[in-house]
Amino acid sequence: MAQDPYQTLGIPKTATAEQIKAAYRKLAKKHHPDLNPGNAAAEARFKAASSANELLSDPERRARFDRGEIDAEGQPTERAFYRQYAEGDQAGRYRSAGAEDDAFGDIFSELFRQAGTRGGAGAAGAGGRAFRGQDQHFSLTIPFREAALGGSQHITLPEGRSLDVAIPPGLRDGQTIRLRGQGHAGFNGGPAGDALIEVSVAPHPFFRREGDDIHVDLPVTVAEAVLGGKVNVPTLSGPVSLTVPRHSDAGRKLRLRGRGIPAHGDRPAGDLYVTLHLVAGQPDAALEDALRAWAERHPTDPRAHLQEGA
Amino acid sequence: MITITTVVATVPGLTEADILHYVEAEWVRPARQAGEPVFSETDLARIRLIQDLRTALEVEEPTLPLVLSLLDQLYATRRQLRLLLETASPELRAQLADRFGG
Repeated sequence: MAQDPYQTLGIPKTATAEQIKAAYRKLAKKHHPDLNPGNAAAEARFKAASSANELLSDPERRARFDRGEIDAEGQPTERAFYRQYAEGDQAGRYRSAGAEDDAFGDIFSELFRQAGTRGGAGAAGAGGRAFRGQDQHFSLTIPFREAALGGSQHITLPEGRSLDVAIPPGLRDGQTIRLRGQGHAGFNGGPAGDALIEVSVAPHPFFRREGDDIHVDLPVTVAEAVLGGKVNVPTLSGPVSLTVPRHSDAGRKLRLRGRGIPAHGDRPAGDLYVTLHLVAGQPDAALEDALRAWAERHPTDPRAHLQEGA
Repeated sequence: MITITTVVATVPGLTEADILHYVEAEWVRPARQAGEPVFSETDLARIRLIQDLRTALEVEEPTLPLVLSLLDQLYATRRQLRLLLETASPELRAQLADRFGG
């Protein structure tokens, strides 16, 4: 059973909304966990004061509590306090400006020197141990085409620094690019950490990627499918002319060799697969007449095979 | 990564204008993607802290940067101390424990 909220805030049952707010603020100022890192008692008191305030600052819930309909066991909203992150790697960007120059402040260098001489730890202790800076993690979304063909992306890091990231051709969704030495600075002459950039590839409106091959659905008219002919097909490097063979059917897959992801490393270039989609376009009386006459002379049921399995 | 809309939805009483103001004042420093700010869990917790400071703790806006700067220094020092303890040799730890009453 939680403590009486009036007692927690140190106010009489007749307290006004203003008095409740003032009492809560007074306790919050004293016990806010972010102002009391490492002090578990302060956190417990802040949470108690918060839930007491939550209960009593809601007139309806306060009235129900006063009538004994609910107890003080409010569900305190779970939340993460800044201090849980503040000493972590990510919060490095919120270090005060002066600390950037000497990540291991003068007090600490001094401490290391003392330790070296007093403890007789030897040469390694003399200037403080050198160690590598921390890696920094980032995420980046790049366009489909950029990921396929490669290129360069300019990104701005949280601390204001900017980096040019070279995108290798054929980069896959979720792949991580490591930029050596672009992470946090090292300590005592140690090497800097790396920047690790996880890259997501944005989907393309009509290209789909499977491994090193690209797939695209290509609309063709009935006339183009039946009579054949040259049509323009979009590729990653611009439109190319493709011959649709005479008597092509819907769903026919044509391959444009080497027009997929370009060759990279020891992988040869992928192919572009074009799947034909028939479109009726704008039929008119002439087309209707022609088709009617043709259909009468060529009765055929393309669905015949569906009957067998049903 | 958390978008600005999600931050607004997560923190009661916070508006998009508040967040943009915090970013503008560099109290919060989110990463940017295609020109849009994207927030980490750390940034979100910091936004909550700023919100607490302004409302429950009644820190006035002109004083807020001072409070944040002091907090940042406190946490930087704690972080350094932690790193120090993590990398200290057993002998050094023993000496520190001796000296500071462990």
